[in-house]
Amino acid sequence: MSHSGLTDIIQFMVMGVQRGAIYAMVAMGFNIIYNATGIINFAQGEFVVLGGLAMVTLTMALNLSLPVAFILTVVAVTVVGILMERLTINPVGQPTVLRLIIITIAVSILLKGAAMCIWGKGSHYMHHFTDAAPIEFLGAIILPQTLWIIGILLCVVIGLVVFFNYTMIGKCIRACAINRDAARLAGINDRKMVMLSFALSAGIGAIAGIIITPIIQMDYARGALLGLKGFGAAVLGGLGNSMGAVVAGLLLGILEAFGAGYISSHYMDAMALLILLVVLFIKPSGIFGSSEAMRLKEF
Amino acid sequence: MQGRDTAGLIALILAVVAIPLVIRNDYYLGVLIFTAFNCLTCIGLCLLMGYAGQISLGHGAFVAIGAYASGILTTTLGWSPWAAMGAGIIIVSVVAAIVGVPTLRLKGHYLAMATLGFASIIHILAVATVDLTGGPSGLLNIPRISIFGHQLNSDMQYFYFSWAVVAIGLYVAFNLINSRVGRGLRALHGSEEAAASLGVNITAHKIQVFILSAVYAAISGSMYAYYVNYIDPGPFGVMHSVLLVTMVAVGGMHNIWGAFTGAVLLSLLPEFLSSATDYLQLMGIAYQPDYDILVYGAILLLIMLFLPEGVFDGLGKAVRAGRRMIRR
Repeated sequence: MSHSGLTDIIQFMVMGVQRGAIYAMVAMGFNIIYNATGIINFAQGEFVVLGGLAMVTLTMALNLSLPVAFILTVVAVTVVGILMERLTINPVGQPTVLRLIIITIAVSILLKGAAMCIWGKGSHYMHHFTDAAPIEFLGAIILPQTLWIIGILLCVVIGLVVFFNYTMIGKCIRACAINRDAARLAGINDRKMVMLSFALSAGIGAIAGIIITPIIQMDYARGALLGLKGFGAAVLGGLGNSMGAVVAGLLLGILEAFGAGYISSHYMDAMALLILLVVLFIKPSGIFGSSEAMRLKEF
Repeated sequence: MQGRDTAGLIALILAVVAIPLVIRNDYYLGVLIFTAFNCLTCIGLCLLMGYAGQISLGHGAFVAIGAYASGILTTTLGWSPWAAMGAGIIIVSVVAAIVGVPTLRLKGHYLAMATLGFASIIHILAVATVDLTGGPSGLLNIPRISIFGHQLNSDMQYFYFSWAVVAIGLYVAFNLINSRVGRGLRALHGSEEAAASLGVNITAHKIQVFILSAVYAAISGSMYAYYVNYIDPGPFGVMHSVLLVTMVAVGGMHNIWGAFTGAVLLSLLPEFLSSATDYLQLMGIAYQPDYDILVYGAILLLIMLFLPEGVFDGLGKAVRAGRRMIRR
């Protein structure tokens, strides 16, 4: 009995980390744009959907090899992100928050509609990255895809740390996030940095979509909920704080998996949202609020 | 009420009386009845967005609660439709107060996400609480509503009833705007700090308007349930809440008539598009109803980019510019 209890706990942890990795990546996407512009991009979830669906087409219909399809998908969705910024964010000068929110909502409706017209309403199946047999660990089953997800999350986090701390462009984006006027005075093209932040954010969204699709089977309508939960992780970790987002994303995924396992799977989606609301109501600055957030914000 | 608004209201009433003389087709009357439901919700939402400056991406949830309260109380407990509608209004007011008190302390993006999360939770509950709501298969046999003991059986009767409620909703909204509360709201929209320093109780005002706008949504949901006689979670997804905000934003959120115009235009748009299918076919475009969502998104985006004050305001400006041209 105690053994099966332990097995359950490990199994839920694995499922939680797997879901949480996706929320963490969506949350990082929110943060990159938020830091550069102060905008919450309501179309963030659609990037994940586009990434997943494009990958399905490239690997399943066009039979491209995994790495080629991966790169093509990320590039394509990144272009969508750049177009979004150039066509809808860049042209409006000094918009109100309400107007910006509605603009990104409009883009999300368009992307969702486009996904529906291109890929239809059904959900799409995709092969796992590798055919290896599931690993058994103390009775719990770990899919090789889960290891891919964790590995790729790690790569993305390390990649971002390197990018923001050790490359010129990364440092420029950070400078804009800290003080846009000062950055402009230092000769940084802040408009270009905003575009880059959209590109980066879309690319990360695409990667999240690619790695989760073999497990959840992607369909056009998933964007809203993925976006909401990712936003929950972003808020839980402190908006703008990317390391906080990773921790909070994993935490949210794990809480959700345990909730689904021990309470009811019907309310699984509601649980993450309830956590979002509770955090917003009690501590909108997130669990790593104030002093610690400042430290964690420095990637 | 100001003279111009009174004139608009009288024009609307005349139009409502006249329309069934022209349109006798039940299908089109049905479309106009659904339009009335959206108008009612959008009038309330406009009070919140345009006058109090607060966004809600959760009003679809209040429509859902109103509809489900009516559906459940009439079918499982056998209440009369009016009593169930009243109970729905009370339930929604309480829920709006509970959600509103902590939510309205939030601003901008946080507020939008919190209300969106709320809408999503209500939709999930509607699907999951099968014993109460019937789950995905929904509630059947919701009775029709009666007025003075006369049951509204025909679409024509329901058309008059629903638009009469819209007219009352407009009347209440205009009176509110031109009252002390309305002036306080406009001050609040301009600058919360300035309004507070002049003695406007901003928290109380925001919550009152939030509850009032939720009540508009609840009445709309309740009337929907009595008209369709069947509800399921399908129409009450997050997308519905987003669409309501779209209607208000497209029409123009700073004016009740703007929100009203937006609700009418976007409610009729699917009909317009489906009737335009043949013409588009001639131009070599095979239009399908699935594309509606793209048209919605495009309209919303274009309006927000080029006419941020909405269609109604844009029309007003065009008319004024036209007059100036003629005078010259």
